[in-house]
Amino acid sequence: MKVVLDHLTKKFPNRNKKVGGFVVAVNDFTFEIPDGKLIGLLGPSGCGKSTTLNLICGLEKPTEGRILFGDDDVTGLPPEVRGVGLVFQNYALYPHLTVEENIMFPLGNLRGEEKLTKQQMKDKALEAAKLVQIDSLMERKPNELSGGQQQRVAIARALVKMPKVLLLDEPLSNLDARLRLQTREELRRIQNETGITTVFVTHDQEEAMSISDMIVVMKDGVLQQIGIPQEVYDEPVNLFVAKFLGTPAINVFEGRVKGGSLYIGEDSVLDVKGVDDRDVYVAIRPEGFIVDDSGRMKCTLLRREVMGRDSSVVAKNDAFIGETIRAIISSETKVDTSKPDIRFSLKPAKTYLFDRSTEERIRFSV
Amino acid sequence: MSNQNDYDRIERNAKRRKLIKNTVIYIFLAIWGLMVLFPFYWMILSSIKSYSAYSSEYIPKFFTLSPTLQNYSEAFTAVPLGKYFLNTLIFTLCTTVLMMVVIILAAFAFARLEFRGKNIVFALFLSLMMIPNELVIITNFVTITDLGLRNTFAGLILPSVTSVFYIYLLKENFEAIPEELYKAAKVDGTSDFKYLVRVMLPISQPTIVTIIILKVIECWNSYVWPRLITDNSNYFLVSNGIQEIRENGFGRENIPAMMAAVVVISVPLIVLFLIFRKKIMAGVSRGGTKG
Repeated sequence: MKVVLDHLTKKFPNRNKKVGGFVVAVNDFTFEIPDGKLIGLLGPSGCGKSTTLNLICGLEKPTEGRILFGDDDVTGLPPEVRGVGLVFQNYALYPHLTVEENIMFPLGNLRGEEKLTKQQMKDKALEAAKLVQIDSLMERKPNELSGGQQQRVAIARALVKMPKVLLLDEPLSNLDARLRLQTREELRRIQNETGITTVFVTHDQEEAMSISDMIVVMKDGVLQQIGIPQEVYDEPVNLFVAKFLGTPAINVFEGRVKGGSLYIGEDSVLDVKGVDDRDVYVAIRPEGFIVDDSGRMKCTLLRREVMGRDSSVVAKNDAFIGETIRAIISSETKVDTSKPDIRFSLKPAKTYLFDRSTEERIRFSV
Repeated sequence: MSNQNDYDRIERNAKRRKLIKNTVIYIFLAIWGLMVLFPFYWMILSSIKSYSAYSSEYIPKFFTLSPTLQNYSEAFTAVPLGKYFLNTLIFTLCTTVLMMVVIILAAFAFARLEFRGKNIVFALFLSLMMIPNELVIITNFVTITDLGLRNTFAGLILPSVTSVFYIYLLKENFEAIPEELYKAAKVDGTSDFKYLVRVMLPISQPTIVTIIILKVIECWNSYVWPRLITDNSNYFLVSNGIQEIRENGFGRENIPAMMAAVVVISVPLIVLFLIFRKKIMAGVSRGGTKG
């Protein structure tokens, strides 16, 4: 089922009544989720991700705009008739029901010709439980399950009535690191097997990048960029997206362009063609640095941190915004730590220029 | 060797100390138990003494050598205690059921629904709790009399089908249920009412059982209001019946028959409590959400 969000806006009345007015949680949101894809909705806390999810499932009514499932306009429909499944960050299992009863709960609410017999319900619940591999725990109560198992029950409950759209609201945040990795692969597998259009909300960019077909980056209720994860990582449209994606974070410098050359501090570090003389932000991915004795960028070397497969060079530069520069280099690369300085040359494809005031990307050719 | 003896001695000492400690504790518990159970013993003892034996005892005796069940038959024959029993049962059941419906819906509205003036209305409700019952009993009496409901079950029941305190108690309980469960239930296709019945009530079961028991006891023991609003013995409750039996003696209060009636009346409450005690203790385990 294709999902279309058409100029979606959600305003909440301001909590502080003295100030009055509205808080815009989602601002003029337009995008289309292709059928059967897994979409990662990504952004910092409070950027409107969860509100967007609530709008899609119908728990909130949009102030403006429309939501379409396929060709049907569902904007005015309450959540119970939309045919969506929702998994919450804290699972929200019914504590007084067993696992089986929890999974069967949505089926018991079907009315009319969709109404199922007890046996059909049991069969469907078992099928959903098998999909998430909890079919041996059917008689337990939620408080007798581990966090990971509870999360699986929540997923089974969301899947059991074969929703048109599956919505996951930070489903992995309460799991420990190892379980999170495992569950996220599991989610990917389940989504592949069922082919249900899925929207996945997270603030963890690594999580979003690793399992999504497409990621949507949001900030303050405004959509920043949509694309396949690698594309968004490689071609951020603005400074926010560049900074939000990638660990370690991208390194941002104050710089300027003069005569087709990019300057950081006093060094001309890169030739940039087709850019007028102006002040810019220069953002360089950690893997965009090449240790090179004849490199054009000079930094103060602080230390080298070895992490096994690769290692990082920690350095300083006066034009850098923040504490320390972090460059990722392969472990074999020799770094002379006895010298106070280190020189880098930059990979043009990993170096991005952004406007000082709008923070929009400035494209250049080498 | 002496080492071995030392250990034996320490062990013996520890045993002896534990024995003394336990003995003291049990003696105290026994005294406490006697104090609690004595009124019950006295009630049963008085109910099986014959009227003449009871009346002739200048100082009441702590036992009787000639127990009799005659007081029990007298309690039922002197006044229509069976009828009063039935009245009380009807009164208690109707009041409790109606009150549960009222307070559950009210608590749900206050806990879960958004409407204009919710906080003000709730504050007004709470302020009602500060007005003592005795203060409103006259106005209630006037209202019920004006409605022509004296000597009717409706008149008996109406004033106690709501309770601000229980609404407050249940509202707090409902509010402790995470918001996500409501959202989850909505997405799972339930209406508000179904959510209340299928999720909120089972989760709040311990509180609800507690409220039911307290209300049943309150109804069963109510005296002032039934006494005030009924003067037709067709609508008397057991509490009025007890008074009637007491006044029924030959020139002196018929305490043994009254005690027999009290025994009969207390039994259902004690049984009810014993059944539901475990229910209250067990509770419903909270879990299923995290974070």
